Amino acid sequence: MKHKTFFWFILPTAMAMLLFIAMPIVSVVTQSLFTPHDQVFKVVENCGPFGCKEETIIDNEAMADLNAEKPLGKFAGLAIYFDRGHLAVSEVADAWTSSDSIGEFFSTINNLPFYRAMGFTLSYTFIVTPLLIILGFMIAIAVNSLNGAIKGLVIFFSLLPMIINPLVGSLILFWMVDARGVFGSGLQWLFDDPTLSLKASTTLTWIMLMVYGVWHSAPFAFVVFYAGLQTLPQDTLESAMIDGASRWERIRYVVIPHIMPLVTFVALIQLMDNFRVFEPIVGFNAEAHAQSLSWIIFNDLAGETRLLSSASTTSVLTIIGVAILLSPVLVRTWRDFTRKV
Amino acid sequence: MSSVAMRKSPTVKIMSYGFVAIWLVLAAFPFIWTLWGSFKVELDFFSIADWTDAITGTRTLAETGSAFTGAGYEGAWVQEEFWKAVINTFIVCFFTVITSLTIGTLGGYALSRSTFKYAFWLLIAALIFRAMPPITLVSGYLLPFFEWNLWGILPTSIIVLVAINQPFTLWMLHSFFTKIPKDLDESAMVDGCTRFQAFRHVIIPVMWPGVITTGLFSFLLAYNDFAVTAMLLSKENQTMVPKIASFLGTTQTEGNVMFAVAAVVSATVPIFILVMFFQRQIVSGLTAGAVKG
Repeated sequence: MKHKTFFWFILPTAMAMLLFIAMPIVSVVTQSLFTPHDQVFKVVENCGPFGCKEETIIDNEAMADLNAEKPLGKFAGLAIYFDRGHLAVSEVADAWTSSDSIGEFFSTINNLPFYRAMGFTLSYTFIVTPLLIILGFMIAIAVNSLNGAIKGLVIFFSLLPMIINPLVGSLILFWMVDARGVFGSGLQWLFDDPTLSLKASTTLTWIMLMVYGVWHSAPFAFVVFYAGLQTLPQDTLESAMIDGASRWERIRYVVIPHIMPLVTFVALIQLMDNFRVFEPIVGFNAEAHAQSLSWIIFNDLAGETRLLSSASTTSVLTIIGVAILLSPVLVRTWRDFTRKV
Repeated sequence: MSSVAMRKSPTVKIMSYGFVAIWLVLAAFPFIWTLWGSFKVELDFFSIADWTDAITGTRTLAETGSAFTGAGYEGAWVQEEFWKAVINTFIVCFFTVITSLTIGTLGGYALSRSTFKYAFWLLIAALIFRAMPPITLVSGYLLPFFEWNLWGILPTSIIVLVAINQPFTLWMLHSFFTKIPKDLDESAMVDGCTRFQAFRHVIIPVMWPGVITTGLFSFLLAYNDFAVTAMLLSKENQTMVPKIASFLGTTQTEGNVMFAVAAVVSATVPIFILVMFFQRQIVSGLTAGAVKG
């Protein structure tokens, strides 16, 4: 294709991505370097029947001028990155020198909002991803051995948890595990503890969110693995059988190596998707016990005073996290590309 | 399947049937339960006294005189004006899908036919953009949109959703177009067509299966979005998902959880229908990127 034709074909989509993805990233990085202006005060004389008094008030006019002149606020450099709400450099250094043990150090760190969110986001990502791969694989193996007619039905219902909106899906589960819901009260009855509530403890909240995560994403792994199983080489399976391999050995030495590239694919996609975990925290009303990086950004932006600088800083840090997770995918794509050429 | 390897012992068969049955219950039961419960009153939906109440609807019968009540739906759709959010959602989804498919097919086609290195780098850039959580971009939108008075209206959200959709659309359509043989459009060009005419008369008639599959995923992305629409739309222009989220804040305290339940069920119905009719396309779309790689 000629350069000129290519240019005209690609122009609309490239413009859309440039204006609404690339530019906002630049804008986010810029905003993270600025803070809102300090308030400008002025002294006015306030005269009443009992004489005159001097008062200090906020000069709204001067503030408006200042904001119109420099809408970004005042330049702060990396100050916001290092403050208590983000990387909290001085607090971490303090904790390091004052703590007697590693355990104490980590519990101090865990009280800082950014690190707490980071802790949850990373635990969620690295616990949910392997579990959903295992569950998806088991479902795929089981469904593959069913008869034709039932397969369609199973696939239909399996798609629902994945394709549903995460907020809607987590609400549906939340109403069931709520202390008053059918599953929640079932647990209370099972453990004979009428005060048991999954919302009340941090550990149980984390488990609840992770169970939701596996429920939501396992169907994706299932569908991909199931498609992979359809191309399983029957000859290899049969020769393995003739050589006396048991069913388990056939899975271990024939099936798993065959779908290994798909496992890598699912793992990479899911690591990226789980890293942005956000809606379940809103749906499960779990922000008291579990906060993720995306949730912190949302929370900063949703308030009455939109904390743009703070949200931008967390956004930049999140993007850096995504970039680190993404690097293996990029390497893989690069290798595919160079192999093809 | 006459293959020996496919023959199974009865125990293995029973175990796999049992396992699939458990998974089916896990996957489907929450939906059925919520659908059933949405026609009850709150005391039945959250039945602490006796869980069978939720099935038989004892309280609902006592309060309304019938075992089923549409009170939740009435409250959500009429009183809380959920219908507005539904209309907004369909406007947003319709225009997002149409626009992203139009510009995406042009771009995806060009990427699949170009042999130059910059095409690859464009795809890599799209991959990086695809990995970006949309919420991280939102703080970049707010300031300019406030400045230019674009905040809060549907067209702004549509354009933003189109852009966020593009990386995924490009990758998917690129892989579909790569599968259409190059000879097809090249022979049309030998016969005197320009590149665009070749695209128009030769490629467009054969591209529909890929475009429909991609369109389904664009629709799902727009329909399921929460982060962008919640932040970029004003209260009057809210779509379904932010509206449901706002129910949680206001109505839970008023004891009207049933509004939210009814709204959640209403938002699930279109997805249900979609899966019913397009199951094959969705499955093929999910596996398109994976199986060949």
